[in-house]
Amino acid sequence: MCTDCGCSIRGKDGHDHHHDHHHGNHGQILDNPHLNDPKTITVIQKILDKNDHEAMHNRAHLDSHKVLGINLMSSPGSGKTTLLEHLKDVCDFNYGVIEGDLETNKDADRLKAKNIQAIQIQTGSACHLDAFMVHKGLHDLQLDDIDVCFVENVGNLVCPASYDVGTHLNVVLVSIPEGEDKIAKYPVMFRKADLIIFTKVDLLPHFTYDIEKEKAVARSLKPNVDILEISIKDKDSLKAFAQWIDFKRKMRG
Amino acid sequence: MHEYSIVQALLTQCEDIATQNEATSVSSIEIKIGAMSGVESHLLKIAFDTFKEGTICDFAELIIRKQPLKISCNECGNEIELESPLYKCTKCESLDVKVIDGEDMYLMRLEME
Repeated sequence: MCTDCGCSIRGKDGHDHHHDHHHGNHGQILDNPHLNDPKTITVIQKILDKNDHEAMHNRAHLDSHKVLGINLMSSPGSGKTTLLEHLKDVCDFNYGVIEGDLETNKDADRLKAKNIQAIQIQTGSACHLDAFMVHKGLHDLQLDDIDVCFVENVGNLVCPASYDVGTHLNVVLVSIPEGEDKIAKYPVMFRKADLIIFTKVDLLPHFTYDIEKEKAVARSLKPNVDILEISIKDKDSLKAFAQWIDFKRKMRG
Repeated sequence: MHEYSIVQALLTQCEDIATQNEATSVSSIEIKIGAMSGVESHLLKIAFDTFKEGTICDFAELIIRKQPLKISCNECGNEIELESPLYKCTKCESLDVKVIDGEDMYLMRLEME
């Protein structure tokens, strides 16, 4: 990959000089001639500028292979891996997964057992994936064999929300056993969602959970967000997710 | 605790700018943190004070400007700062609003010697 920047042969510090032209779009440095020693300069630059630039690069790479990138986020245990295991049974497209976890290859192994191409990234102590980690994962994925690339982010409703990893869409899962008010408590994460999936909805009869109220909260944060309810025991609910992805693929031409 | 990763990005950014301007030390850094950026200002401050040691920002003061969520209404043109993240015009109740500020983190100003 990376035919444009040659990062694979230059190592990790090889980006800056090629990409100066982008920085003019969102940052400017103004010298103030009246202030000398100490020198004060006004910089208007996003703090995660380098990450965002790498994210753009990842997106362009996915685009060049006609692959749709989906960043899957949620708290631990809400069913991201399970959803990816079962989606295969109902969809017509091929997909691969970049797995982010602090430790172990367990999630990638579960997917490989279902003949899904999966790359595990162990983040160590990092609580989120960033665009650089996903970039490394993309090097190992055979993009020509897939139509959709999922990035299964580290289970966490806080940190991953601040990082653009270079996918096209954000899907955020929230499971019924997690209890009410998760959406209101983590507004930054759910504001980022293009699609919110309520998972394990077959458990609704056993919990005090007003799903309609939760949907209303989601839409106060993001009026146009798409919402699906899924149970892996209900194939039609899984098909709805596959159809949503198919629709988004068509919309990208 | 992604505040540590954000501070590392900020320190690299300051170092790059200081080098470009042939400065030997940074004395003050002003940043703008949006209410909906997903970052806690006090954690950011703690992370900054921990990680600045031994860098060009070792003696720098970090000034954090908190930016409330600011939207403009595409229907009636109303421009408002919101206290809670309800993305709705407070005047005409339209949901067709544009975010002007408060969702990002910016480096705004650097003072160096």
